[in-house]
Amino acid sequence: MLKGKVAVVTGASRGIGKAIAYKLASMGADIAVIYAGNRDAAEAVAVDCENTYGVRAKAYCCDVSNFETAKETVAAVKADFGNVHILVNNAGITRDGLVATMKEEAFDAVLDTNLKGAFNMIRHCTGLFLRNREGSIVNVTSVSGLIGNAGQSNYAASKAGLVGLTKSIAKELAPRGIRCNAVAPGFIRTDMTEAQAENPLLGAIPLARMGTPEDVADAVAYLVTANYITGEVLRVDGGIAM
Amino acid sequence: MLFETIAKVIAERTDRDVAEIKPESTFAELGIDSLDTVELLMNLEDEIGMEIELDQKVETVDDLVKFIESKKG
Repeated sequence: MLKGKVAVVTGASRGIGKAIAYKLASMGADIAVIYAGNRDAAEAVAVDCENTYGVRAKAYCCDVSNFETAKETVAAVKADFGNVHILVNNAGITRDGLVATMKEEAFDAVLDTNLKGAFNMIRHCTGLFLRNREGSIVNVTSVSGLIGNAGQSNYAASKAGLVGLTKSIAKELAPRGIRCNAVAPGFIRTDMTEAQAENPLLGAIPLARMGTPEDVADAVAYLVTANYITGEVLRVDGGIAM
Repeated sequence: MLFETIAKVIAERTDRDVAEIKPESTFAELGIDSLDTVELLMNLEDEIGMEIELDQKVETVDDLVKFIESKKG
């Protein structure tokens, strides 16, 4: 289904990003596994993609919040794979805390990676998408960005920003056949959501369970291939934000 | 020389005769919007083999020629 396509997935060494990398690889896409810190994990994901699904895959270390580093990484992917057709901005961090005591650095760091990181990657991939006259971008936002979450003002702000980014880019690039959508996961069982294990909202999930990274990856795969959908924010949250 | 290259790329993109492209032609007259201009620059990058970061507004073909010349130094 995605044979011959090249997908760049950020934050792909673990959690949701890893599940997205595997899902897109299972559909035939070659995968650029972008990671910030855990080289061994990222390379293991790339090897898994190659061995299990017979696609090409390679790990790239990249701090997506750095404009120039993001540019160099996209150039490296193009040099290795020849092109980019799909971009999934999944890289995200949390620095949870109450706004009354939140450090400036905690706010900036979250905005820099989650929001500016997505902008940087889109910025540097768009030239390729325009040349190809096709491209599909999926940003991983969060229900925190849609309905807010106490103790996550920085994270929620970054994720709400991603919604605006998604819709603006969808409008801007639609005339060239380039689509931009978002998924908004709710409570998904990953290392990053361990801090949410005590959140009383967990009891309010209509589908009465936490989601899995694969639940989110399925939604990303749908949006990547849904040719008449752009500017959409698809909740993958067990119904909690409806 | 640069003008001829640009005129050729514009003519190809807009299905016009290259003679119709004048230095004083505005992109608006030629039916080229801002996103078209970005794409045009990409085509030009391929033609002239340099990276062009358009950081100012260009209204006419001549504006673009001057802009690229200034970047060439």
